[in-house]
Amino acid sequence: MKINNLGYLLKEGFRGIFLHGFMSFAAIFVTVACLLIVGSFSVLMYNVNIMVEELNQTNEVMVYIDETLSESDARSIGTKINLIENVQMSTFKNREQALEEFIADHQGDEAFNGVEAEDLRHRFVVTLMDNSQMEKTVAEINQIEGVAKITAAYELAEGFSTLQKILQIVSIIVIAGLLVVSLVIISNTVKISVYDRRDEIAIMKMVGATNGFIRLPFVVEGFSLGMLGASIAFGLEWLLYDVLVKQIETMDSLQMFQFVPFQQLLIPMIATFAATGFFVGVLGSWSSIRKFMNV
Amino acid sequence: MIEFNNVTKKYSVGTQALKGVSMQIEDGEFCFLVGPSGSGKSTIIKLITGELKPTSGSVHVNGYSLERIRKREIPYLRRTVGVVFQDFRLIDNMTVYDNVAFAMRVVGAKNQEIKDRVPYVLDLVGLETKSRRHPSELSGGEQQRLAIARALVNNPSTIIADEPTGNLDPARSFEIMTLLQEINNLGTTMLVVTHEKDLVEQFTNRVITINDGLISSDRMDGHYEYENQ
Repeated sequence: MKINNLGYLLKEGFRGIFLHGFMSFAAIFVTVACLLIVGSFSVLMYNVNIMVEELNQTNEVMVYIDETLSESDARSIGTKINLIENVQMSTFKNREQALEEFIADHQGDEAFNGVEAEDLRHRFVVTLMDNSQMEKTVAEINQIEGVAKITAAYELAEGFSTLQKILQIVSIIVIAGLLVVSLVIISNTVKISVYDRRDEIAIMKMVGATNGFIRLPFVVEGFSLGMLGASIAFGLEWLLYDVLVKQIETMDSLQMFQFVPFQQLLIPMIATFAATGFFVGVLGSWSSIRKFMNV
Repeated sequence: MIEFNNVTKKYSVGTQALKGVSMQIEDGEFCFLVGPSGSGKSTIIKLITGELKPTSGSVHVNGYSLERIRKREIPYLRRTVGVVFQDFRLIDNMTVYDNVAFAMRVVGAKNQEIKDRVPYVLDLVGLETKSRRHPSELSGGEQQRLAIARALVNNPSTIIADEPTGNLDPARSFEIMTLLQEINNLGTTMLVVTHEKDLVEQFTNRVITINDGLISSDRMDGHYEYENQ
């Protein structure tokens, strides 16, 4: 491709956008709409995933120590627990602390009035790094001498990891579906633009223009539409996200939801939107012009 | 040079358009190709421009062997063959100048080359004063001159004119044919497909008559034959 042609080809590409004003507007509008939905869904899923992860972290394993061991012997077991790979943290609670919590949990229940500290065991509250490995880690803790009993909510841990997996699969399907829709619509827009100029293309073929030369203006047109749509969608997404998060933060009933700031999502979002705009625009136009080239 | 050696062309629908055509048109020659509708004239043009491939036999055009030409070579073949159609095929939202310049731009000519060459070619076809007009503002004869200018602008060694006077009155037809003859005198090989007996007979050029997919006569005396059969 000679440099002196490049200006002409780019100019032709941009001319196409204005020449087919309505279709260009439609293509940009559709890209913005699709990307906004894809983007909103992605950030929502990202946040939900983080929330689920945090909730999962509150799922703790309770390790009870043999009642024959003294408090200092019981405490020393903590070192062994902490050596296990998947253990994030272990907190020791002696009988007295356990009783306080027990009473707090069962306040007003007379049946437990006679319970004393001696009836309870020293214990460790253990949080894990990865709760999906809970069963394996519990088995390892069980090997430690002096551990009498462990209680762990396997079902809950499994439930959380299943939920995360489902969310991931649903996100991928929805995002892929929306991208295909965008691709089809942009490609149709360019197809109309190509159809409109089929006579021009036939003349270009007749006088000996190469396929690359004929194709480039249409690809520039598709690329520009895709990138413009992606930029607008990105700006809107940012604005909407900030407004929504601020609204949620002011609502007391929704305090439990913690959203990450948009700045933290900036780079992945820019990359995703730009890549989508690029591929949707370029592939859409490339594929739509192919059938008009065989003259 | 255009050379057909025992060329046959059978379309996928089963029509046998050419049944063994052999001919040779030398560089710089002016040749009429005549024959009734459906005789195979258009097939010959499409074979020359690389739109079709022969079913058997060989076709050589300006150094390209069309029976085995690669797809990406076709644009370069077409730069050696200018084509003029009965329906002109001009782009109406472009000016006269741009219609011609466009043909140069799409083959990658430099701006300076375009600025030098387009006025020269428009002058050659007599449209130098109408370069800012649009095709719809021109008469039929002028539109065909513009189409000829476009076919000529990339300096092809051959021009193929497919019924170039089909839409014109006799006086304009004669003018166009004279223009094609003048271009031929400058050295461009000319193959003109036509139905117009009177016109052919006014120019003493080679006339190849094709009938039912076969060459029925090839005469050097400007004689038009197929209506007499």
